Amino acid sequence: MAETSMIGTRIRERRVLAGLRQSELARRVGISPSYLNLIEHNRRRIGGKTLLKLAETLQVEPSLLSEGAEATLIAGLREAAGDGAQAAAEVDRIEEFAGRFPGWARLLVELHRDKEGLERTVKTLTDRLEHDPHLADSLHEVISTVTAIRATASILEDDQNLEPDWQRRFHRNISEDSRRLAEGAEALVHYLEDAPDTEADIKSPQDELHAFLSDNGFHFPSLEEASDRTTIAKALDGNERLESEAARVLARTVLLQYAEDAARMPLREMLDAVARLGLAPDALAAHFDAPLNAVFRRLAALPEEAVGPVGLVICDASGTLIFRKPIAGFAIPRTAGACTLWPLYQVLGQPRTPLKAVLRQAGRGDARVLAFAATQEQGPAAFDAPPMVRAHMLVVPDSGGDGTAPVRDVGTNCRVCPLPGCTARREPSIFLKGF
Amino acid sequence: MSKKVLLIEDEPNIIEAISFILNRDGWQVVTHSNGHDAVEAARERAPDLIILDVMLPGRSGFDILSEIRDDAGLATTPVLMLTARGQTKDREMAERAGASRYMTKPFSNADVLDAVRDLVAT
Repeated sequence: MAETSMIGTRIRERRVLAGLRQSELARRVGISPSYLNLIEHNRRRIGGKTLLKLAETLQVEPSLLSEGAEATLIAGLREAAGDGAQAAAEVDRIEEFAGRFPGWARLLVELHRDKEGLERTVKTLTDRLEHDPHLADSLHEVISTVTAIRATASILEDDQNLEPDWQRRFHRNISEDSRRLAEGAEALVHYLEDAPDTEADIKSPQDELHAFLSDNGFHFPSLEEASDRTTIAKALDGNERLESEAARVLARTVLLQYAEDAARMPLREMLDAVARLGLAPDALAAHFDAPLNAVFRRLAALPEEAVGPVGLVICDASGTLIFRKPIAGFAIPRTAGACTLWPLYQVLGQPRTPLKAVLRQAGRGDARVLAFAATQEQGPAAFDAPPMVRAHMLVVPDSGGDGTAPVRDVGTNCRVCPLPGCTARREPSIFLKGF
Repeated sequence: MSKKVLLIEDEPNIIEAISFILNRDGWQVVTHSNGHDAVEAARERAPDLIILDVMLPGRSGFDILSEIRDDAGLATTPVLMLTARGQTKDREMAERAGASRYMTKPFSNADVLDAVRDLVAT
């Protein structure tokens, strides 16, 4: 959506941040609440006096409402402000900052990203030192040997009248221990030198997997034709994004599933069906006689130039996000837990009952998405094990439909979410201070 | 009769060096080199002092120390702990488990002698 058509959205956001009701703002500006409602939903163009009056009442620069600032930049700044909450950055003026000093704002976002990367490195290295059994063993070995050498050497030095038998014995011990020490030290040096690329350790296997999928636009032409393990191995082979064995294992699993889905719903037929039925998972599932979840995955794997943006997020029964394909109007957190209001989590509580909802993610303007959620059981049911359920949520831009569907306001994660009075909140938001 | 030290340590050359310096100083030294039955060895030998390494095959020195402190016959026997790690965490764990003194490897022979003399004199 063009920025200029989003004036209403920005007005609505500022109003919510200011804690004003629609009717109150309308009264102060001197327009009718229903007119303001139309403006806020971008259904009336405004300009001139009304815009100036609104800006004045909301205490913001008029240009901030009319132009806004780049959404990703703002999202980045919000993240930075969230992580550095003690600095008390003026989050209510974030758009003004990004609008007036775009260069500084970009620099700040970049520095914040760098900082996150470095923090991960430090954490990884600390973990490695603390929990690496090999390193602990090597160090223990070296210290034990040094202790023996030190004690023995000082006996030889202190006692000049040591009996020849003892002398020989201690000399032999020192020689033995010094050899062990040399070997131990060498092993330690090798270990530290051969330490896997720090890069590989810094990113989690999940990060590597998603970087790999994202590089390929989540679409793999080589797996669209009849594919087998060799094709998959080739798709993975030598990919520099997949540095760790763990990431390769994850990627292999994802691609196996991809190939299976592709065999069930071949590309040509799938594109034809989408052209005819639209992005309607239920109709497609009926057409291919396939489970909804497989249709979700398949839609998210189609080339974007053919079907437009299609997002997908998958979580396991613990709520952990194991697959993330975000789209422009819908962000998916990378590290922290996601918003509990997502239908993704709702279907976990009502397995086998798929859900459809129009979502508006806070902080993303008025962009709405249509979300479809469904669960899938992993493996056969058993009496002595909990059911292994995974929830899938497909996200596509909302075409608006007939405009009567209720819109659910959701967040990304609590920290950067400005929704007031949310019962699902598990952490205070940096945007709600003082309200 | 000379006082008896039980040295529980798994590194043969450390055993030899410590035994030598303590012997020469007039102590009777008995040794034991694994964690499994270290407490039984202590009960049998009834030493005046125990030198206990933290990293032993079979069982951690902290566990052994706790059991020694819970044993009626050994509860008051002084224990000198030896460890390869000087972190405060280890020191605190040793103190909590009831170590009389704590020494970090690599130590000097003179330090060991001082500690042993101190612990048995008191």
